[in-house]
Amino acid sequence: MANSTTAISGQQHISLRKVLGPIHIWALGVGIVLVGEFTGWNFSMAKGGAWGALIACWFIGLLYTCVAMIDSEVTSTVAAAGGQYTQAKHIIGPLMAFNVGLYLVMAYTMLEASNAIVVGDLLKQLAGDMGSADISTRPFIVLTIVLLAWLNYRGVYATLNINFVITAIAFISIIILFFSVAPFSPGKVLLHKDLLTDLPYGWIGALGALQFGMWYYLGIEGTCQAAEEVRSAGRSIPLGTMSGMITLLIAAALTWYVAAGLMPWQYLGQAYTPLYDAAKLAGGGGLQAIMFIGTLFAALASANGCINDASRAWFSMGRDRYMPEWFGAVHPRYRTPYRAILFLVPIAVVFALVFVTALDLVIGFSILSGLLSYTFMSVNMIRFRKLWPLGSISRGYVHPFHPITAIVLLVLCVAVYFATYLGYTKMLLSIMVFYILASLWFAYHRYQYVKRGDQFTMAWPRPKGY
Amino acid sequence: MDLWTLISYAAWAVSIALFVWMVIDSFSVSKEFSEDFLMSSREGEE
Repeated sequence: MANSTTAISGQQHISLRKVLGPIHIWALGVGIVLVGEFTGWNFSMAKGGAWGALIACWFIGLLYTCVAMIDSEVTSTVAAAGGQYTQAKHIIGPLMAFNVGLYLVMAYTMLEASNAIVVGDLLKQLAGDMGSADISTRPFIVLTIVLLAWLNYRGVYATLNINFVITAIAFISIIILFFSVAPFSPGKVLLHKDLLTDLPYGWIGALGALQFGMWYYLGIEGTCQAAEEVRSAGRSIPLGTMSGMITLLIAAALTWYVAAGLMPWQYLGQAYTPLYDAAKLAGGGGLQAIMFIGTLFAALASANGCINDASRAWFSMGRDRYMPEWFGAVHPRYRTPYRAILFLVPIAVVFALVFVTALDLVIGFSILSGLLSYTFMSVNMIRFRKLWPLGSISRGYVHPFHPITAIVLLVLCVAVYFATYLGYTKMLLSIMVFYILASLWFAYHRYQYVKRGDQFTMAWPRPKGY
Repeated sequence: MDLWTLISYAAWAVSIALFVWMVIDSFSVSKEFSEDFLMSSREGEE
């Protein structure tokens, strides 16, 4: 240890450890999202029925495909932690960067809290099945957050290797469930013919379903937070993100097909663990055990990825002094943003324990924070191609159909805002007020501390027109 | 005391131990290395 410390001290600069490959990017992106197939997406059934949930699956799938393509192109040129925050900083300016950074930290920390709540509830359910019904969820919620934070603190390589294993197991559990319900023999187990009704609340219901359709894919954009820690950002980020998006489209389709063929939309619209319920209906104890493990692992993988991403966003903001510079420190042995990881632990615990009975509020805040960052992403992309046209900067991936992709993304974001306005007006307005107040704080107080020119240290060419 | 009550207490104990370990480690790192070195990372640099 003494030798390694001496060696480390001899360096002039320290950096996050570059050890990740495409498989880790896949594990990060899919790991954050997959829990949404096990719980969350089904609330779209309550708004739009089974067909409404499928329409949401398609349209929100298109929204996230646009997000994945745009992220892949921009991040393949920006080998820096912070993801969309860093993109906004380089392409638009400090106020948008601050807002996007804050959206990211809030979205991931709240998502982490909601995942910890799910883990706590699952273990309480298991304890109840074993005859201990009066167990509190709190110790399991806190353990989930602290244990995963400790893992993240100790190093990114092991953290995302573990995420790969538990995410893969969770994904395989969905495939096992699919093949357990005789999917190619309609009417044998799956009863789509009887269960699929018309849109119960018409097209306005299908529009309302878009908000919860976000759960099929929410978080795939988190892949670009790892850009500073991959061995080759130009290769790993597009490969990991796009393969992750394909995995999620498959998982979403399988999930809807199995659940909609086994249970009526009225039940699914308020169910807490739809895939576990599907396993109860379709198979015996073995299948139930597999889906229980799948749900548990998916929630753990999501919380793990959220800690990774929230800490990178917070670390990047600290490094540029958008937040106190103290958070921009890198651990000299583990090469992780250890202060950002540690600082966010009590915040996630408070979110999880205070809002333990208001999971929908935590989820809603997380979804809207994500949606705000996607909205700005479409503007970022159009400006990115204007300032750095094709050929002016080395891109690991060039997304097709520009600017249609950015315009489609913007239109779909507006549709989801409208869907949120229909069902959660107060929440939408209160979140907007929160971010406006935060922006005022940044503009009139915090901006004076920001490293103006010094925050741009990447070897990018001068933008066109400057 | 049943098994799940014991597991609950163990969960609290492990949580506290890991959090305290991280806090102590972060303080020891701050004492061992200069702030300039700990905060010397730059985006886009190896």
